[in-house]
Amino acid sequence: MFGYAGKILRINLTTKEVKVEPLDEKEAKKFIGGRGLGTKIFYDEVSPQVDALSEENKVLFVTGPLTGTPTVTTARYMVVTKSPLSDTIASSNSGGYWAPELKFAGYDMVIVEGKAENPSYIMIENDKVEIRDAAHIWGKVVSETTKILEKEVPEKSRVLAIGPAGEKLSKIAAVMNDVSRAAGRSGVGAVLGSKNLKAITVRGTNKVKVADEEGLKEAHLEMLKRIRENGVTGEGLPAYGTAVLVNIINETGVFPTKNFQLSQFGQAEDVSGETLAEKYLVKKDPCYRCPIACGRYTKVDDIEGGGPEYETIWAFSADCGVADMPSVIKANYWCNELGLDTISAGATIAAAMELYQRGYIKEEDTDGMPLEFGNSEAIIEWTKRMGNREGLGDKMAEGSYRLAESYGVPELSMSVKKLELPAYDPRGIQGQGLQYATSNRGGCHVRGYLISPEILGEPEKIDRLTIDGKATWAKIFQDLTALIDSTGLCLFTSFAMGADEYARIINKVMGTEWSADDILQAGERIWNLERLFNLEAGVDPSQDTLPKRLLEDGISEGPSKGHVTRLSEMLPEYYEIRGWSKEGIPTDAKKKELGI
Amino acid sequence: MEITVKFFATLREGRGKITTYVTEDSVTTKDILDYYEINVEDVSILYVNGLDAALDKKLEHGDIVSIFPPVGGG
Repeated sequence: MFGYAGKILRINLTTKEVKVEPLDEKEAKKFIGGRGLGTKIFYDEVSPQVDALSEENKVLFVTGPLTGTPTVTTARYMVVTKSPLSDTIASSNSGGYWAPELKFAGYDMVIVEGKAENPSYIMIENDKVEIRDAAHIWGKVVSETTKILEKEVPEKSRVLAIGPAGEKLSKIAAVMNDVSRAAGRSGVGAVLGSKNLKAITVRGTNKVKVADEEGLKEAHLEMLKRIRENGVTGEGLPAYGTAVLVNIINETGVFPTKNFQLSQFGQAEDVSGETLAEKYLVKKDPCYRCPIACGRYTKVDDIEGGGPEYETIWAFSADCGVADMPSVIKANYWCNELGLDTISAGATIAAAMELYQRGYIKEEDTDGMPLEFGNSEAIIEWTKRMGNREGLGDKMAEGSYRLAESYGVPELSMSVKKLELPAYDPRGIQGQGLQYATSNRGGCHVRGYLISPEILGEPEKIDRLTIDGKATWAKIFQDLTALIDSTGLCLFTSFAMGADEYARIINKVMGTEWSADDILQAGERIWNLERLFNLEAGVDPSQDTLPKRLLEDGISEGPSKGHVTRLSEMLPEYYEIRGWSKEGIPTDAKKKELGI
Repeated sequence: MEITVKFFATLREGRGKITTYVTEDSVTTKDILDYYEINVEDVSILYVNGLDAALDKKLEHGDIVSIFPPVGGG
């Protein structure tokens, strides 16, 4: 087998049974790996109606066939499970160095079942797998957990862990790896917490076999050239990180401010990527084999750490009305340590601030730290209180939807399928609005990053304020992203590469002969499989929508003034292009066509 | 007339963040790029008052021109 390691590691925490199973290559190739294969296996084994925090749920850590291979950005894996936040299928993506190490240890994925009686961690060293006691690290933050484990596991092991937030079953808890890399969205960290699983360490010394070594070297050099010559991957991201978007999105007038009450932030410059590079950047922080190096390693007031990313900066600055960059960066560090999704954490604080503004949350509920927009101490303090479930932080740890719903005003949660919306106001970016409403995991930007054509002009510039053709663009981006997420490559390569280039590099590694159409069809297959899972889980098409504010209240000022997302005009065309019924359900014909 | 010109990311090198262009003549967005020695290929987003603008757009007093090189995503 090429690309794949050929083995699945299955661990049952209830029975303490450890099994190694062969990978079904034929099945694997239909769904590629990562997001696609993880979803297929999960759907085969677990009922979509399972309680996400129950013993019956499983959690899969899935690499792709290209993870750990000798080309660029081959760092990625997916955490696949049922989301306790949204009840949808969750596949949360992360980079760093953990996933290649799993491949080197000889496994394509780890499947964790059941629940440990006591806090435990899993140690993997090639063939040696142990379930160990984690009492001494339970309750500790991610960096400290990592330091302690590094001393007691084989040298050069990589560490994946949850923080206190996941232990306490916060629905917005992340899975962290390599200290500051996050599988952030969908509350996947809580699933580990519910299994009493604190960490997985891995050390591997094998190499991944590729089909055409010479051919891969050639294709690799071509890919590297493309990445280096592209402005985004070759200049912008290395110099400024994703934070470069702050000024772009703000100038466009679609920078959600104060829980989407406004769409421009007067002090965006203070929290911009330019300011980050100038004042707080220590060095770039790349993932395994990545020349883009968008990751940041920063320092503020003698505290150092990874990040912040664009989304993180937005969630804790404009969304909360805060312009103090040091506080924003510190809130980011706390999310990493506690193991919280930075988007959902900041956005939940923003929702709480609007609830406070409107008198739903009272001053006495805030225990001396008012939830006021603009309060830079609050964004740090409330992150801690959420991660540790203290006071009102306990309710907030459930995410913005459940928080707002508890006061009778769920419409004040800026979320879709209960997943908090990220840093782009869809009222001024029509296609992105359609993607938010239809993404299989809820309010997510990255699964169909229409910001690329609608604002950045990649691969071409389209008008962000019109709806023509957006359904087609959404489908193409969603399908291609599903494919990339299944290979083990980083999504950011897509600024410099198209389907033809992906097919070429995949073929060199795997020995396949796929065309661009073949791999796009695989992406479509994966998208439809996720949709079917969600429908069976009870997440019905009525949830393909946006918060009322974004459908009815026009943006109040700036270049995008007056616009709302015209979702009802785009959705029927989207369902049609997808080959679904008018109700948004994959037809039998479409399922047959895709072989699912 | 006075036009505000904003530079971002790598375009700030040697140009600063924001400046005012003053002229008595009519001026287009391309004229602005030429004046500040920015090649068209080095521009990925060109806004006038936050909206995409063509290179031959005639500017008016008080307009804000924002110029971005190819930079980002995420």
